[in-house]
Amino acid sequence: MGTIVLLTLTGLGLAALYFLVASGLALVFGLADVLNFAHGLFLGVGAYATWWAAGNLPGAGPDGLGFVLAAAFGVVAGAVVAMLVELVMIRPLYSRTIEQVLVTVGLSLAGVALLQATWGADPRPFPRPEWTRGVTEILGAKVPNSGLLLILAAVVVLGGLLAFLRWTRYGLIIRAGVENREMVTALGIDVRKAFTLVFAIGGAAAALAGALGGIYFGSVSPGQGGSLLIFAFIVVVIGGMGSVVGAAYAAVAVGLLQQFVNYYGTSGAGDICVVALLAVVLLLRPQGIAGKVATA
Amino acid sequence: MTNSVVDAPPAKVPAELTPPPGRWHRVRPWLPLVALVVFAVLPYSTAHLPGFFEGPLNSPGTLQLLAICLVFGGLAAGYDLLFGRTGMLSFGHALYFAAGVYGVDILVTRAGLPLWSAALLTVTGGATLAALLGAVALRTAGIAFAMVTLAFAQVGAILVARDFGGLTGGEEGLPLDVSGLPAALVGVTNTVNLYWLALAYLTLVVFVVHRVSGSPTGRVLAGLRDDERRIGVLGLDPYRFKLVAFTLSGTLAATGGVIYCLLVGGASPHITSSELTLSLLVMVVLGGPGTRWGPVLGGMLYMYLDHRLTAFGSSSAVDALPSVLSRPLSQPLFVLGTVFILAVYFFPGGLAGLADRLGPLRRLLPRRP
Repeated sequence: MGTIVLLTLTGLGLAALYFLVASGLALVFGLADVLNFAHGLFLGVGAYATWWAAGNLPGAGPDGLGFVLAAAFGVVAGAVVAMLVELVMIRPLYSRTIEQVLVTVGLSLAGVALLQATWGADPRPFPRPEWTRGVTEILGAKVPNSGLLLILAAVVVLGGLLAFLRWTRYGLIIRAGVENREMVTALGIDVRKAFTLVFAIGGAAAALAGALGGIYFGSVSPGQGGSLLIFAFIVVVIGGMGSVVGAAYAAVAVGLLQQFVNYYGTSGAGDICVVALLAVVLLLRPQGIAGKVATA
Repeated sequence: MTNSVVDAPPAKVPAELTPPPGRWHRVRPWLPLVALVVFAVLPYSTAHLPGFFEGPLNSPGTLQLLAICLVFGGLAAGYDLLFGRTGMLSFGHALYFAAGVYGVDILVTRAGLPLWSAALLTVTGGATLAALLGAVALRTAGIAFAMVTLAFAQVGAILVARDFGGLTGGEEGLPLDVSGLPAALVGVTNTVNLYWLALAYLTLVVFVVHRVSGSPTGRVLAGLRDDERRIGVLGLDPYRFKLVAFTLSGTLAATGGVIYCLLVGGASPHITSSELTLSLLVMVVLGGPGTRWGPVLGGMLYMYLDHRLTAFGSSSAVDALPSVLSRPLSQPLFVLGTVFILAVYFFPGGLAGLADRLGPLRRLLPRRP
């Protein structure tokens, strides 16, 4: 029993990490049709900004409220970088999908190399606040607090995103834009502002994933975003391009599957099962769980 | 009634639309052959090109670098058959290359097969793998196709890294057991033979891609790239043609993998990563997708820069710069990624389209008498 609870909760922690990365990817893809390979870079920026702030920013520190401040700095940095990327690099190329993919590919290569040039290729130890190092006993299972923190953050982000999409004017525009961009433009609404906003939100979520993933893994390295990104892509495709709720369901499915199979089967078999799940979903239901509709 | 139809006279092409024969007009068709001959006799040269290569041209180090460039030129040309000529964006091309490298390595080192049968088996296996996975992946299109191929390649990378059955050597890679290999392909002094092998591979790929794109099948592929629905309306099955292109491209990549394995003497897990596919994409776009020589040039240039920029980055000229500049410049991927982004914006045709883009500029310059 204890093992199953532990595996479920750590699997959900992994799912939370995937969801934080995938939610932004899904929104960006749904609204702007941009397959964003640079999303892993936003994660890296968030992680390194948090790490830097914990050591250098006045008021911020590796523990308690100081760490919250450092993480907030990381999230803001991720959002700003994502916004700049959208404004400077993606915007001139709208409606040219292949070129956009190419630019984000180039950006991911150059950006990761830049992180590596600045802070070195080796993993850096990440500051872990006191509480996250401990474990909490739930139903006889000792669950690491860092995983619980990830789940909590993902639930808050999911709730916040859904509330934003449902009850604000910009959320309405984004939902409408995912469904039919031309129609929204025809109504005289500048969708491009929504693009920038969606990029900023996605960048912030990815940066949060970077900061919390740093706690979870205990270290930060330039290539970290890249390996997470592939699973986030899989989550987005399974969940249905453009759907936040679909991404959440898919993230839970992928995280649990990976955790359980990796534990009961050989290590690495879980990753392969995830890809098999992707193949099955694509063959039976190519539009994903939720289809391309931003459900709120 | 049919007699009343008068054949229309062939439309005349206005004189200003047919370019006047330039100075290079007669030479141009022979240029590839000249380049081939130059590359074939290059190992006999002892010329020293300081700055470009470390040793003289016929030193093993230089020859190996050149041979790697040639292999990647061929790989890029094979990838262009998918991306530039058929319009399929695959993110899993590294898988078939890695299948070639690891296939021949495992068959020779672990199973002890002689090289020729191992190579033949590997290429056949690579073709089968590409056909099977392509048959599944091609049920999707566009971005979803890119994702599925990426996911398949990721499985390959995991299989290699986790070392199932102790075949692949995991993170450390698998050095090639050279004891059973033909003597002419073993040892530093025989690098020149491997160089010629790489040149032969590049020639083969260019020949195959050229023949395919000139054939009726090639025209269907170009049609698929431009407007898939029209091909369907014409009564042709897009799925089959795409599968042919995918399988052919995968087979060429597997063949390249065999040569690469001999060239570097083993396999290492980084060739299975999605980064290799991404760099193939960069090569093709830098060179000029859908052109005959663009991808080859792009691939060779990319690999050359990738190797040489590391030396350039640690050179004294870069070290003298302030650290804000020198550190990023010492990362080859930073330089290549930036160049790539600039190329997407300012030279969409790549290197191959550069001449046309510079044409107006050249006309502004005064003509020589």
